[in-house]
Amino acid sequence: MSIVANFDLYAPRLVNKEEYFVHGHRACQGCAEALAIRLMCKALGKDAVIINATGCMEVVSSLYPTTAWKLPWLHVAFPNSAAAGSGVSAALKVLRRKGKISDRPVKAVSIGGDGGTFDIGLQALSGAMERGHDLLYVCFDNEAYMNTGIQRSGATPFGASTTTHPAGPASTGKSAWKKNLTEIMIAHNVPYVATACPSYPIDFIRKVEKAKKVKGPAFIHVLAVCPTGWRCASEKAISMGRLASETGVFPIYEVVDGKYSLTIKHDKLRPVADYLKLQGRFRHLSPDMVKQVQERVVQEYNKLLDKVDNLHAWSELKG
Amino acid sequence: MAKRVGMEIALAAAEAVALCKPDVVAAYPITPNTHIPEHLSDLVAEGKLDAEFICVESEHSALSACIGASAAGARAFTATSSQGLLYMGEVMPVVSGMRLPVVMAIGNRALSAPINIWNDHSDIMSQRDMGWISIFASNGQEVVDMMIQAFKIAEDREVMLPINVNLDGFQLTHVVEAMLFPSQKEVEKFLPDYKPFAQVHPDSVVSMGTLGLPEYYAESLKARDEAMKGSKKVIVRTWKEWEKIFGRLYEPVMKYRTEGAEALLVTMGSMGETAEAAIDEMRSKGMPVGLVKLVLWRPFPFEEIRAAVKGCRSLVVMDRAVSFGACGPVAAEVRSALYDQPDAPAIVSEIIGLGGRDVLVQDFVALAEKGLKAKKGKQTEEYEIYGVRGS
Repeated sequence: MSIVANFDLYAPRLVNKEEYFVHGHRACQGCAEALAIRLMCKALGKDAVIINATGCMEVVSSLYPTTAWKLPWLHVAFPNSAAAGSGVSAALKVLRRKGKISDRPVKAVSIGGDGGTFDIGLQALSGAMERGHDLLYVCFDNEAYMNTGIQRSGATPFGASTTTHPAGPASTGKSAWKKNLTEIMIAHNVPYVATACPSYPIDFIRKVEKAKKVKGPAFIHVLAVCPTGWRCASEKAISMGRLASETGVFPIYEVVDGKYSLTIKHDKLRPVADYLKLQGRFRHLSPDMVKQVQERVVQEYNKLLDKVDNLHAWSELKG
Repeated sequence: MAKRVGMEIALAAAEAVALCKPDVVAAYPITPNTHIPEHLSDLVAEGKLDAEFICVESEHSALSACIGASAAGARAFTATSSQGLLYMGEVMPVVSGMRLPVVMAIGNRALSAPINIWNDHSDIMSQRDMGWISIFASNGQEVVDMMIQAFKIAEDREVMLPINVNLDGFQLTHVVEAMLFPSQKEVEKFLPDYKPFAQVHPDSVVSMGTLGLPEYYAESLKARDEAMKGSKKVIVRTWKEWEKIFGRLYEPVMKYRTEGAEALLVTMGSMGETAEAAIDEMRSKGMPVGLVKLVLWRPFPFEEIRAAVKGCRSLVVMDRAVSFGACGPVAAEVRSALYDQPDAPAIVSEIIGLGGRDVLVQDFVALAEKGLKAKKGKQTEEYEIYGVRGS
């Protein structure tokens, strides 16, 4: 029996059966971020420490005296999960060296939302990546400050209506384009950088497994569909993530040692309107603006394809 | 017998910290504390200290990294000054709220604006209510001793709170003094290995830094307050143990020639050393004056202050910070300690030595004379910023 032809039958067997992010947390219906975290934890296995920035996931999972975490978990503040993660990583290293903890590798994994990563936490993230700690950073990007009530962030896409940059007679929603954080991470010479989405669970799990094996910094940018903030039906959370990929709005790729490759490929991109029209945050967009988005998405996608086709792994380049 | 070694006090602080074998040091440069982490990084580079030294990109990350390290079970140290301490401000209460025994040296420095790198106590006063134990040194030997004591006090199971040891910028950090250093063996005997109460590690799965709703938040703060109040007992016990081993006594409030004094100066930090010289000079001229040095700032030693000033006619409290439109912070605490005491002394509140302005023997003399003239029974909220042009 072919594994490829019967993938759906085999896929569940490829996933860790243990649950480390358990039911009972208070995430909204259809929260793709909660799903992504559950999958990430499965991929990490038990030997990991999670350092969580303030945000939705910290709030919904850690109401004292309860916790949804069956992995060791630390929350410090909003802008510093990468810095606190640096400390955890350094402590694990030195305590292991001194024989004060058991002698096996344990991965420090910092996580944060787009606000805690693109905006207020960018400095700490940049510092941690530059220093080269053995630290995996996973950004769960739902494209606005959802925890505080859908305010605009550096990750909010062009045209989206948020509570701090709302659409109105004198406004068309966010007037700037989304920051390309993945490229910023690649510019730090991080050896493993990837984008992912829980709508492609096996792809995401494999990426977390790869990132965990890196002895040094690694970064994964996860698009986490937020039905509450995107004003879309909660049962669309998975298909919406797929649409983001199929339209080219959020290409899913990885960059290993500088070598780009698309891990989810589409023969032909669907029109962005298919993605935009299902979300209330884009309801006000005029045909002209949709066209503007379409052109930008294709241009960005082509820029990416150009890198996929033409850039070499750093190790292949002469020093 | 330990050998006396001449050294810059900032370097001595680093040597003392190294004797405590911290696992993780995270720091960011800011004058005037910088020589402390610099010297620790030297010791790591020379292979004399087995620690992870994290050169972070900001003070916010320095303290955040210490939180991560301490939560993972490491003994963690950082140092800073002035704006750097304020930049740490967001995470200062997180350290105490999570009951992590992080130790910090603060090379005290004025706050901007105007930008000024010299000493006063504005930095730590802004972080007064963050749940940290605060101790003030008045000379190099005290810095050495307090750095080592700090780890023991912070890590005591009855305490489990972070500590900052305050050493005045330049007046202490950049001054060379002769100091006694305990041996590595003596420190190891005095300070056992750090045994974390909880640690984020797969062998002891725990969630730290959880969300406290109104139903639980107050209990968490009450527990912290109880720990802070209770820490005084542990601090005094630790200091007594120190005296027994090393012969140098520390007390929450130190008295200098207070017997028979009518007016007492009250200082905190390095001013205390100059004040002693001033008191000697005044006593030799027959002036009935003495000195009270506040060593422990948080928890505030109310009882010890009351006992130390009993019977005197007036106090001149010398603050190195101003709470604009309200008070000198030390004077406010001393007033509160003495408020309903029968026959309480008059209190003269003087704010002095701001932004590194020298406080000379003649200044102490002028203020002691003012104290001797002060009338009892007239409690006011008045304070003066001393020696200011145009006033």
